[in-house]
Parts: sequence; C-alpha cells; structure tokens
Amino acid sequence: MSLAEGTAPGRMDRGAAGGDDAEMARFDEIMAADGRIEPTDWMPDAYRRALVRQISQHAHSEIIGMQPEGNWIGRAPSLKRKAILMAKVQDEAGHGLYLYSAAQTLGTDRDTMFEQLITGKARYSSIFNYFTPTWADMGSIGWLVDGAAICNQVPLCRASYGPYGRAMVRICKEESFHQRQGFEILLALMRGTDAQREMAQESVNRWYGPALMMFGPPDADSPNSQQSMAWNIKRFSNDELRQRFVDMLVPQAEVLGITLPDPAIAWNEERQSYDLGDLDWTEFHEVLAGRGQANAERIERRREAHEGGEWVREAARAYARKQAEAADAAEAQVA
Amino acid sequence: MSQKITMGAALTPEKIAEQLADGGAVAPASVAEYALRLGDDALILSQRLGWWIARAPEIEEDIALGNIALDLIGHARSFLTYAGSAWGKSEDDLAYFRDEPDWRCAQIFELANGDFAHTIVRQFAVSFFQFELYSRLVDSSDPVLAAIAAKAVKEVDYHRDHSAQWMLRLGQGTEESRRRVQVALTDVWPYVDELFRDDGLIDDVLIDDLDGVAVRPTTLREPFDELVGRVLGQADLEVPTGAVARGGGRDGVHTGGFGVLLAEMQVLARQYPGATW
Repeated sequence: MSLAEGTAPGRMDRGAAGGDDAEMARFDEIMAADGRIEPTDWMPDAYRRALVRQISQHAHSEIIGMQPEGNWIGRAPSLKRKAILMAKVQDEAGHGLYLYSAAQTLGTDRDTMFEQLITGKARYSSIFNYFTPTWADMGSIGWLVDGAAICNQVPLCRASYGPYGRAMVRICKEESFHQRQGFEILLALMRGTDAQREMAQESVNRWYGPALMMFGPPDADSPNSQQSMAWNIKRFSNDELRQRFVDMLVPQAEVLGITLPDPAIAWNEERQSYDLGDLDWTEFHEVLAGRGQANAERIERRREAHEGGEWVREAARAYARKQAEAADAAEAQVA
Repeated sequence: MSQKITMGAALTPEKIAEQLADGGAVAPASVAEYALRLGDDALILSQRLGWWIARAPEIEEDIALGNIALDLIGHARSFLTYAGSAWGKSEDDLAYFRDEPDWRCAQIFELANGDFAHTIVRQFAVSFFQFELYSRLVDSSDPVLAAIAAKAVKEVDYHRDHSAQWMLRLGQGTEESRRRVQVALTDVWPYVDELFRDDGLIDDVLIDDLDGVAVRPTTLREPFDELVGRVLGQADLEVPTGAVARGGGRDGVHTGGFGVLLAEMQVLARQYPGATW
C-alpha cells in the first residue's frame, strides 16, 4: 500500500569510481546536450547525492508546509474558503508523495527520509518555521511563499533528472493555482473592512522578507549552487530568481493596494528591473540554525504523526502479508 | 420551480443558489428542515476529518481523509444552501451563526476523532448509512435533493470502500490493531442507532409534506446491518450489541465536545460579523 514499502533500485554501492570512463563520458554528453538522466542510467555518486538531498528537502518542505496552513482548516471563515484550503493542503501532501517517489528512484526509501526529517538531519524550507497567527497568513503564504516557490520551481521542470523534472511539471501547475488563490484571499481582505485590510497588510509585512529569503543566500554566499547549475539541476542563480520574483510582485501589490515593506523598492530604468533593499540575513541564519518560531513544533508534530501512526502502518503491512500468503497457498493448491 | 435542476447542473452550491434565485423558488419549510440535518451531518463530519490533514499515519491517508472531508463539505454546502433558501440565509449564515441547540446533526457525526481506529469506525458506520440514504434520495420528488444525492452517492461509495478496507486491515492486521478497532467499535456503535430513528420531523410531517421527498431512516436499517455485518464478519470483528446512546442530535442535543468544535469552526467568522471573505 505504501510506496515506502516498494523496493528501490539498490545502486548506492556504485562508488564514484564505479563508473568507467565510457559511462562518465556518456553522462557528460547528456549534460552537455541538456538531456535527461533516467533511474536506470549510470550517474556519478555526487550527482545522485545532490539530487537526493535536493528532492528530499523539497519533499519534506511540502509535508512540513502542510502544518502552517493546516492550522486554519478548522477556523476558515467561510465554507468555500475552508474547502479551498483543505484542497490546497491536500495538494501539498500529494506533492510530497510525488517527490518522495522521485527520490526513491535514486535508492533512498521513504522511511529513511522520514527518519532524517524527524531526527533533524534533513532540512526543509525555513519559511515553514514561521507561525500563522492570522487568516491573512493563508493569503500571504499563497501569494508570497507559493509565488517564490514557483519562481524557484518552474526552472526545475527542466531538471536533468527525469523523475524530478516530471514531478515538478505537475507540482508547478498546482502551485500556480495556489498562488492565485492566495492573491484572491488578500484581494477579498483588501476589499473588505478596515480591520480586514489591516490584517492583510500586517501579514504581508511579516511574510515579505522571509519569502524573499526562500531563494537562498546571495550568490556570493551559496556554496552548493554552482555545482547544481553545472549539472543542470538548478538553472538560475539565487539572486536572479529573487529579482524575477520582486519584478513580478510589485505590480501585483499595486493591484492589491498593499505596500511591500521595503522602502528601497524603486524602478531602475537602466536595468529594467526593480531595485530592492537589503534583507535581514541574520534572521535567515537564525531560523536555519533551528532558532525560528516554530522549528521545534513542526518537527514534533511530524514525529507525533509518524510514530503515532506506526501501529496503523504495521497493521496494513501485516494484513498485506497475510493476504499474499493466502493467495500463495491458494495457488499452490491449484497447482 | 421553473427549471429542473439536473445532476450536472447542481454540482456546486453557487449553482444551486443561482438556479433557485432564477426560478424564484425556495425550499419548502419542511424540506429545508430535512436538508438542514443532512447538511449538518456532512459539515460536522468534514470539520472533524479536516483535523487529520497533516496528522494521518501516512501521507496517503492525509490525502484520503482530506478527500473525504472535501467531498463532505461539498455535500454540506449544497444542502445548506438549499435549506437556507427557505429562510433567506446563506450556507455561511447557517454554518457560522447558529448556536449548539440549533444544529441538527446526529451525534455520531460529531464524535471526537479519537485514534485512527475510532475515526475509521465512525467513517465506516456513517459512509454505509449515507450510501443507503443517498441511493434512495436520488429518487426524491424534490429535484434539488435528488440532484445533490446523485452526486453524493457516488462519492460516498468511495468512502465506503476506504473505510471497509481499513476495517479489514485493522481487524486482521496485528493484535494491537485488532484490539484498538474492537475498542473503537464498542465506543462508537452506541451512536449508530440514532441514525435510523424516525423522529418528529419524519413521523409528523412525512405523510403530508415529505412523502416521496425524504427517506425514512427506519427503512435503511436492514440493508445497513446486512452490508456492515458482512464486512465485520470478513474482518473477524464482533458486531457490538447492547449499548445504545440516547441521542437527540436531530433535536439539538449534542455531545460534550460539540460546543468546542463549534467554537473553533465559528471563531473567526464571529470575530468579524458582516465581513466577506
């Protein structure tokens, strides 16, 4: 029943030196031609590791990312909003599932990845370590967080690893829907009462900076980026994507009537882009180091669900085993 | 009503509201009362199930329980929109601005989630009940009820399948799962009886107003027992007998946790009365 139980291709034994020159040359050729690597193709260990790291981190982000919004399912202020929010959080579970499956094709099973998540060995996007104290946060997460995620993720649809690229195509379609939903939540608030408008602005004030930091540190401080770009796993630099995002955001903020909390934002005629102010990277590193608002809460909840559900998964495995044994016995009798 | 609401045309509450407004028709009072209870059943269970999203034993179940909750809120919105047309109220007026005694859900729908076994047993009972109900309601002489039921019955069929499969897994899985699901059956089953009672609305009004419109709950008990008994037998679980809860949900009498459920569900809407979202 669970994908985690499937057998993954056991290729981790093939060390970096495991591939012969011809295999390495073939891999380089595919990279140079911007082609795709599939699970059965040879690949260098470092490429495999980088992919597992990135894909599982992405999967964890989807799964942990269900919590800040899940927080408002019970309290959504209209039935329509409640239905939309449930569908959205459910989509995120689906994204987690595709991504864990893509990572499994690289030889790492879901239980291992879960274990890494709940023991704090694996990372997930820091953005989900912020609290969601108001309903407007459902709008900000959609508009800003999902918006930033899309800028990050659209290029990944062309990632060199086939299963990852294909998973991302579907994910991006849903994410862009989510972004419009977030925008629409904020729009409804901005067209509402004074109190609703205040709620929207206050929320955007909190999420804007953290959302911009989702693109990662400035290019000069991002050690893993260059190799990922060479391998066609990552296509644009952190700063390029961040700029693209702000350029998209400014006109949308105008439509909303929301002020982006950066007084330095100004149109730069020469660059045909918006200039922006500095971000608070101390805050970014604090959250990354585990000292964000909700780091402990997020992991605790995931651990509770995982450990609390063990008896259920065990029952499902035991039942499947018994069914298989019964089927075998029946077959043996016929034979 | 000037226009027959067909299954395809009645898929969204907005559509129902629109068509009712176009036709200038509203639900007759007794039909509205009946629709209200069906809507309350579905909404309250959806509210309970929504809690599991991001808490389920595995991601597949986050998705499955989320799906069921989504189906149910869809049914609820349709029923409540239709019910509200009798009183000039929207689905949200009914969901967010009624107090505990005004709710008409049977108590089983509001029971606490408990562990996964309790949630599954509740779902098992409810989905088999709703399937029997909706598969008859499709023949209702009220075209709106019939159209809502026609959509709902197909979805509830999947809910039956989901819960029955889990009853088998839990019943025949491990000693622990078997113990837990048997406890859950003991806890939940007393509330099953209420689902099949003909109460004041049905008894007093049915012959005059609701005949051919509503489904008599008592008529559903036999097919329910038959199908549920079959699954329980296959799961090697005992059908609980004896204890029956007093019930009263249809008259606005609700269990201990219901007020807290409403408090959570309604808090934001009531904080900003008159706001649109």
